[in-house]
Amino acid sequence: MTHTMSPQIRLANEIAVQFAHQPPEQAAAAIAQHIRQFWDPRMKADLRHQLDTNPEAFDPLALAAARLLNP
Amino acid sequence: MSLLSEPDLGTPAKDGPATVSLEIDGLSVTVPEGTSIMRAAALGGVEIPKLCATDSLEAFGSCRLCLVEIDGRKGTPASCTTPVAPGMKVRTQTPRLEKLRQGVMELYISDHPLDCLTCSANGDCELQDMSGVVGLRQVRYGYEGENHLDAPKDASNPYFDFDASKCIVCSRCVRACDEVQGTFALTIEGRGFESKVSPGAGELFMDSECVSCGACVQACPTATLQEKSVVDLGMPSRTVLTTCAYCGVGCSFKAELRGDELVRMVPYKDGGANEGHSCVKGRFAFGYATHPDRKLNPMMRESIDDEWREVDWDSAIAYVATKMREIQARHGAGAIGGITSSRCTNEEVYVVQKMVRAAFGNNNVDTCARVCHSPTGYGLKQTFGTSAGTQDFKSIAKSDVIVVIGANPTDGHPVFASRMKRRLREGAQLIVIDPRRIDLVRTPHIEARHHLQLAPGTNVAVINAMAHVVVTEGIVEQSFVRERCEEYEEWAEFIARPEHSPEATEEITGVPAEELRAAARLYATAGNSAIYYGLGVTEHSQGSTMVMGMANLAMATGNIGRDGVGVNPLRGQNNVQGSCDMGSFPHELSGYRHISDDAVRSVFEDLWGRELLAEPGLRIPNMFDAAIHGTFRGLFVQGEDIAQSDPNTNHVTAALRAMDLVVVQDLFLNETAKFAHVFLPGTSFLEKDGTFTNAERRINRVRPVMAPKPGKHEWQVACEIAQAMGYPMEYSHPREIMAEIAAVTPTFAGVSFEKLDKLGSVQWPCNDKAPEGTPIMHVDGFVRGKGRFVQTPFVPTRERSTRKFPLILTTGRILSQYNVGAQTRRTKNVAWHPEDVLEIHPHDAEVRGISDGDEVTLSSRVGETTLHAVISDRMPVGVVYTTFHHPVTGANVVTTENSDWATNCPEYKVTAVQVGLQNPVPHLNHEALSIPALAD
Repeated sequence: MTHTMSPQIRLANEIAVQFAHQPPEQAAAAIAQHIRQFWDPRMKADLRHQLDTNPEAFDPLALAAARLLNP
Repeated sequence: MSLLSEPDLGTPAKDGPATVSLEIDGLSVTVPEGTSIMRAAALGGVEIPKLCATDSLEAFGSCRLCLVEIDGRKGTPASCTTPVAPGMKVRTQTPRLEKLRQGVMELYISDHPLDCLTCSANGDCELQDMSGVVGLRQVRYGYEGENHLDAPKDASNPYFDFDASKCIVCSRCVRACDEVQGTFALTIEGRGFESKVSPGAGELFMDSECVSCGACVQACPTATLQEKSVVDLGMPSRTVLTTCAYCGVGCSFKAELRGDELVRMVPYKDGGANEGHSCVKGRFAFGYATHPDRKLNPMMRESIDDEWREVDWDSAIAYVATKMREIQARHGAGAIGGITSSRCTNEEVYVVQKMVRAAFGNNNVDTCARVCHSPTGYGLKQTFGTSAGTQDFKSIAKSDVIVVIGANPTDGHPVFASRMKRRLREGAQLIVIDPRRIDLVRTPHIEARHHLQLAPGTNVAVINAMAHVVVTEGIVEQSFVRERCEEYEEWAEFIARPEHSPEATEEITGVPAEELRAAARLYATAGNSAIYYGLGVTEHSQGSTMVMGMANLAMATGNIGRDGVGVNPLRGQNNVQGSCDMGSFPHELSGYRHISDDAVRSVFEDLWGRELLAEPGLRIPNMFDAAIHGTFRGLFVQGEDIAQSDPNTNHVTAALRAMDLVVVQDLFLNETAKFAHVFLPGTSFLEKDGTFTNAERRINRVRPVMAPKPGKHEWQVACEIAQAMGYPMEYSHPREIMAEIAAVTPTFAGVSFEKLDKLGSVQWPCNDKAPEGTPIMHVDGFVRGKGRFVQTPFVPTRERSTRKFPLILTTGRILSQYNVGAQTRRTKNVAWHPEDVLEIHPHDAEVRGISDGDEVTLSSRVGETTLHAVISDRMPVGVVYTTFHHPVTGANVVTTENSDWATNCPEYKVTAVQVGLQNPVPHLNHEALSIPALAD
């Protein structure tokens, strides 16, 4: 993992690993909810943008959560 | 106010419902059982002469001045050591007593310099007063015999002198050091006529273990221990009651002035947080407020490479407003923001967050609590329902077990530490969970029952293992859990899994399983158990998880909702609690209510006349990222030195350089000001008018000792910027700001300046349900209804020691210095800590060829700095430690971008580093430096 990736991917991945003990669907929903509660709109927009441009950098749970975020 | 003289009732108050009635000089008095005759008399309005007695100390009975006669009893017992009894008839003034007292005083005065007119304590000397009270008119003994009048003066302490020639050996200083402070630095050396007060083994004060708390100075009845400022300036003549601006204990002080000059700060006995005690910072280190480094005029420059030029307030405010609007016009409304300060009052913080939300038109407001206790906010809200410690400080007097996790109270929160030590000396058990052997682990008359010396970054594994023991050994407080909590079953199943057992986690944490089991059993079964924690909990990648883990443990054992228990953050700065309460976080309005809540938002929108955004704004680290990305370009920084205090300095300074406008409001041109375009002079706590809220939720008044030196209060400056940006924001006095806070914040609904002036202080929630505040929270139910158990999986930090960086650096603070040192470095406290040093274990030092005092290089993957090494076995092998009080050291040059997953609170406490000699000796085997890594 490098530190040149979008900070939002790093942050989402760090959140994701905290929910890894939960069933995947439940975890993704919890991660998405956390991001909705605490992230600025531009951070959420960047995360959604990274879904298209840099999906391989995502933790699978973070990826699933990012897909739950509405534009 | 004239000089406030607090009554001294001679001996401490006694608690208890039972009372005793007696007669003193014909007056009927009823007092609690166990009260001394001296105190009972004082309560009844009868003053008994005294010298060795004072109501902050237990009775000693040595001066023989407080003798009384009691009907039916022989002799003349000391009233300080004699408890009242039912029906007792006491006489305090008789010819026999008069003669005895005159004889005692005559002996004292016969060995005391008669220089009252030129003595620094003239007018504030109990010996002088008592001479008058007992009617001493002559001293029959001359100075020809042996005396102590030539005893040397010890002026080694930068703040007070010890003039032994004036000492009457009453032992008040020794007892204050023992009973109040708990350091035991003073003693009475010698016997009989040779008796004298001695710091340590005949040392100077500065060379002894004295921590300069001032308790001895406070207790001294003569000029023997006297503040140098009183010697230099004379006796103060008026008092302003106010609140200390250092740590989160929030001590109340009498600021004593002579005219407009502050002579000394004296701890206030009626202060709810400190009850008459102080530390070296609050008591003495206030000189920074008038330090010549202070900047008192606004300054501007177009580029950070230009020289500063002084401007008037109108120009500075107009420039800030215009430039902020220009940035928004070019880059969007969200391109600017502000940071509030935990060193500012609630009122000052509230108006800055209002300026951001209403005038800037976004939620890009954060507070310096981001980098310290934001995980407390998240963790306690998830589990208990609100972001606050559960207890008042007094509660610790009822604790049977005290758990200190990731905190160093004797250095960071010394006045509360003295309360803690007092309870520990009374027999409470202590569990310390910390990688470093802090002083509390073994200090005079105290020894921790368990020191769980865990590896940095493994807090959650340890707390989970403790909970595992509680659940699997069947010592859960089932009735509490059943009646008061929810989601227990799921949590219990989770925590009982084998991977959480002490045996399974031992290899990760380094804590022996049996010791951890014993500590868990002690915590769960010994009665009242209380947790106190600091930044060693929060400043981790799992800071929020750890806070929830502690809450889980407290709920499972029923240690919530009464005296002596609880989960309590020890807040770093004086108003961390308040700055968070005031809506400084980008996702919350005041009172911890989410910005997305339409009903809450509408309260503010109606009052403020502006529509508020429903989504959170940027947090501080996100601001830096966005600045580097180019979407965040204007920042107002209220009293925080982000360039020194925030992690990964290179990243922070790159972000600051990338901005079009950085506005710094501070006392000094701090490190952040190097990157600022506008400097707005701030006010010290001696000039502020408002309130601070301490770690026990206690709202204290901060009263101005002097007019604001820059000519404006900080809240006025924020209002004027908002107005210049087109948003009307006007108050005529900070009490109006508090009135608005009360109107929009349910937990503050009952708070007003008038109430605070009447009651002294209140602890929130303060509203119709609790008009005089709430000392202990969650008594009948949790704020969120049921306490919620949250599953807390241990996830190791990404920051691991490697072959290149084989050591782990953790950071902390030291007693004499405060935070980034902007204040304390500009006081005589530098006598104790002139520079930050690197503590390194003897083994780690030896393999690197490092000797005590060597200059060493400390490097991590993000930066490098140099310090002097101190060889110490306080840290385990593989762990090094430093403080961050001096900018020249730049400890945060090496800390990384890692942060708490939930709040982005930086992971200051775990950084993989290497340490090497700055100028290594060529013949050393440098292969030895590559000790086996813990992980790659």
